Amino acid sequence: MAVPSKPLAGAEPQRKGGLRPRWPAHLKGWLVPVVIVALLEITARSGLLPPYQMPAPSDVALTLFDLAHGALAKHVLASLLRVLLGFAIGASLALVFAAWVGLSREAEAYLEPTFAGLRAIPSLAWVPLLLLWLGIDETSKIVLIAIGAFFPVYVNGVAAIRDVDRRLVEVGQMYGFSRRRLIWRILLPASMPGLFTGLRSGLSMAWMFVVAAELIAATKGLGYLLSDGRETSRPDIVLAAIIVLAVLGKLSDGLLAGLERRWLHWRDTFSGQGNGA
Amino acid sequence: MSEALLDIKVHRKDFGATQVLQNVQVRLHPGEIVSLLGPSGCGKSTLLRIVAGLEHDYSGELQHTSEQVAFVFQEPRLMPWLSVERNVGFHDDKAFDAAWVAQLLTEVGLSGFAQALPKALSGGMAQRVAIARGLYSHPRVLLLDEPFSAVDAFTRMKLQDLLLDLAHRHHIALLMVTHDIDEALYLSDRVLIMGNRPSSVRQELIVDLQHPRDRRDPQLAALKAQSLTELHDAQVF
Repeated sequence: MAVPSKPLAGAEPQRKGGLRPRWPAHLKGWLVPVVIVALLEITARSGLLPPYQMPAPSDVALTLFDLAHGALAKHVLASLLRVLLGFAIGASLALVFAAWVGLSREAEAYLEPTFAGLRAIPSLAWVPLLLLWLGIDETSKIVLIAIGAFFPVYVNGVAAIRDVDRRLVEVGQMYGFSRRRLIWRILLPASMPGLFTGLRSGLSMAWMFVVAAELIAATKGLGYLLSDGRETSRPDIVLAAIIVLAVLGKLSDGLLAGLERRWLHWRDTFSGQGNGA
Repeated sequence: MSEALLDIKVHRKDFGATQVLQNVQVRLHPGEIVSLLGPSGCGKSTLLRIVAGLEHDYSGELQHTSEQVAFVFQEPRLMPWLSVERNVGFHDDKAFDAAWVAQLLTEVGLSGFAQALPKALSGGMAQRVAIARGLYSHPRVLLLDEPFSAVDAFTRMKLQDLLLDLAHRHHIALLMVTHDIDEALYLSDRVLIMGNRPSSVRQELIVDLQHPRDRRDPQLAALKAQSLTELHDAQVF
């Protein structure tokens, strides 16, 4: 096949991508949301959509501003505490069981079928039972969040341990390492990437379930704010609560992502093609 | 000759219904370099793993006069989360002997890389680290399982010379598995040729040449012809 040769001296240095403007990576991500918000603002202002259904983004911003000077802190704090507590309980139990099942075939034989069965239950199906058993106060919410956070952490944890390269484990066996030493020196560090994947998806499940729990029965929290906005026909409050949830979810995930980058910088992984990120 | 460091007799080793080893006997004397040469799947790596204590299910006897046996795998098998120096001193975790590690890294030509992570190393460099890790525990015997099969030909020759130098300097006996005839002859005092499974040692070639050897030495070529004949008779190819 003939390969066209490159133009030599005197030729204009050609930019890849031709006429397309080159944006810095962090600006690229803003393009889509900014366009959407602008379109919404125009549609809402022009009266194409009634304000009781789709308020203008600027109105939502004003509502958010008002809330921030009022009750928002209380709601955020309530939801945040529930997520932290529920996630802490669910994730720690999940790590313990994942380690147990991951490391021992015996434990796997006894426990894994039960967990597989429980995992098949959509977690929200526990809600009526939790309400019956634990009432509508904090405990039932925390337990629901813990259940939601448990499974992603558990499943990823077991997979992470079972995915550890046997050849690395052999290095320890060759040194005659004890089981405990094999776990601490090789299995645990090698399964860190998978554990982090589990923790991050567990945390996002925790946020999902805090909203579910607060939608059902709560007097404060962001889920309560959502349902309050619906009951009082205030889509601007609903949207404001959604925005706050998005920000909190992103911030908490960013925290874990930061830890991941810090602790797992040794990973030799594919980071995507092109000059996007 | 002085007492053997290693005396391995494997009567039989099976993997499921397949018998891989039959009546194999290998002795290794202090300072000696012995190669196990044979086709892939002939059980030579299994034999090495038996010596290293990574395979237990076999019938036979294994006598060490020295507990100080170390193993260099086919792949570097470095812990990717640890720096090069921590990998070399892996056995002792954070309490590793820093001076000894630094000396070993200098000897394998990686003195500037103590703090580097394995992902920053080339294949040949990573294997140098693996060799340094093998030497860290002051072994009398170093077992090597096709240690240079994954690197290019020029790197391989350099690593072979490095290995000879280290073995001589620290007075370590080497037992090496390889399927590279040139490598076996260039490095070894004795080459044990194994056939297809169930395999045993078919022939022992004594390479009675002084080190440093010349890769172009006609005597090496003659020995190579001899081993090719033997391998051909064994219907290895």
